[in-house]
Amino acid sequence: MTCGEAIQAYALRSLGLGERLLPTADITLCQQMVLIGSGLIWNVYFGAVALLAGFFLATAVALGRGSRHPWLRRPCEWFVFVFRGSPLFIQFFFAYFLFLSLKGSFPALSPLTSAWLGATVVLFLNTAAYSAEIFHGALQAIPRGDLEAADAYGFTGWARFRRIVWPTMLRLAWPAYTNEAIFLFHATTLVFFTGFPAIQQRGDALYYATYLADKTFNPFVPYPILAGYFILLTLAIIGLFRLVSLRLNRHLPERSGRWRARFQLIR
Amino acid sequence: MCDDPATLNDLLWFACYLTTGKHLAFYISFGTVLLLLAVTAPAALGLGFVGAVAARSRILPLSWLGRGYIAIVRGVPDIAFFMFFVIALDQGLEYLRHHILCPDWDQPVRQGNDFLVCPAAKLPLSTAPQWLHEVYGFVLAVVTFAIVFGAFAANVLFGAMQAVPRAQIETAEAYGMTPRQAFRRILVPQMWVYALPGLSNLWMVLIKATPLLFLLGVRDIVYWARELGGSKTPQFTAYPHGDWRMWYFLFLLVFYLGLTRLSETVLNRLMDRLTHGQAMAGGEAQRRTAAAGAA
Repeated sequence: MTCGEAIQAYALRSLGLGERLLPTADITLCQQMVLIGSGLIWNVYFGAVALLAGFFLATAVALGRGSRHPWLRRPCEWFVFVFRGSPLFIQFFFAYFLFLSLKGSFPALSPLTSAWLGATVVLFLNTAAYSAEIFHGALQAIPRGDLEAADAYGFTGWARFRRIVWPTMLRLAWPAYTNEAIFLFHATTLVFFTGFPAIQQRGDALYYATYLADKTFNPFVPYPILAGYFILLTLAIIGLFRLVSLRLNRHLPERSGRWRARFQLIR
Repeated sequence: MCDDPATLNDLLWFACYLTTGKHLAFYISFGTVLLLLAVTAPAALGLGFVGAVAARSRILPLSWLGRGYIAIVRGVPDIAFFMFFVIALDQGLEYLRHHILCPDWDQPVRQGNDFLVCPAAKLPLSTAPQWLHEVYGFVLAVVTFAIVFGAFAANVLFGAMQAVPRAQIETAEAYGMTPRQAFRRILVPQMWVYALPGLSNLWMVLIKATPLLFLLGVRDIVYWARELGGSKTPQFTAYPHGDWRMWYFLFLLVFYLGLTRLSETVLNRLMDRLTHGQAMAGGEAQRRTAAAGAA
């Protein structure tokens, strides 16, 4: 099988298009690269949807955590505690079996047991909790002078939040939030190892890499390919977040000249 | 009492059900998790220290090696490393043993889709008892965890070493200490307070990574929760029940929440202890509150 044929057969394999059967013998380098790349579509989908949706919930929860009303603050604190205090791996398992039993009572909820919706919901809640913690910290760190100036100019309510609090919060939280985004994309590789079925072997990048490593019994080819794809994905995320950061900080004088993501390896 | 569970009332039924042999194995596997944490944390810290020292080294190749080790985990999901290292370590060890134990083996090791070493080089030997296979699997998992988290720890310690004020080292040099002495007597004792927030965070991440043992083929709590929770029919067990996996995983979730909560409390206390009297913002805040309390 030539490279062109491999691309035709497997480029969209993870979406169920193209060749049905996965290669079993005489697997070429091209096939491995195309298959793992095809799986990456899922990782990008999970990460992008969860990150976008999670952003809004995280803002709401972060504001809730700063609320003076205990009936608003307590649930937000519990939400963050539960999702940050337990492993995502266990959350996936628990959610999957929860969705399975819900499906028994309410058949309308059956899409939740498939990865495209169920896993996205879990990732969405998980990243919302981690981001809420970051945003909460940023809200606390907003300089008091900024808020006093807003009051002096007569900003109140929504306008004060929209014009002063929110942009400053984002600006302060952005380096840590970039880190969170990277980790979220890495965490998407867990999905197909936690009960969520890969129907007709439509899996993500790590699913295919593991499949190929099992079939060829040679981990030294598929995993480095996977690593290469993820390094490219990470660089793309950093680039994208850098553009947003430049926009958020456009009113500030350039200090060090070059923007750098403060890289933490841990979330 | 537990001979005929079908006749028991609910409370006794559960008492019997929760003490079956398989459940005892489930409880013991919590010990496996704690053992993994107890072994991995110091091993990763040690590897991290070596990595950080290498990255700071003035010998270029060594510095590259250290920096490369730190950087390699940066862009790649840790779970991919876990999956990779377990097979790679296993094959690497068998390959080495193959060359030492069977020097006159003439066939290539990689034949198409197979990895063939001579029977004497297999790890563990095919004649080995079952428990040895399980111990071998666990040891591979521990080494894998140590390598991955060692890189994380190296990053934290490298940052902490850079954070120790430069003037401290310069003073040591002015007193005539050799670089080695300054490193051992000045830098290392002072770096811990800078490293602790990062290391605490790392400990939390390590706790939350322990269920990944399941993917490395160890019979851990996730394995048993899936095994015990699945629905059972009366033909195969004296305790038939429906699909209870949700409840078993809820229990694991609570276990981990408790573990992280406990660690958080302990680490906060430790941080308080370490910042005490340090010339940092935290130490100053402590001094102020103490002074305000006295006044």
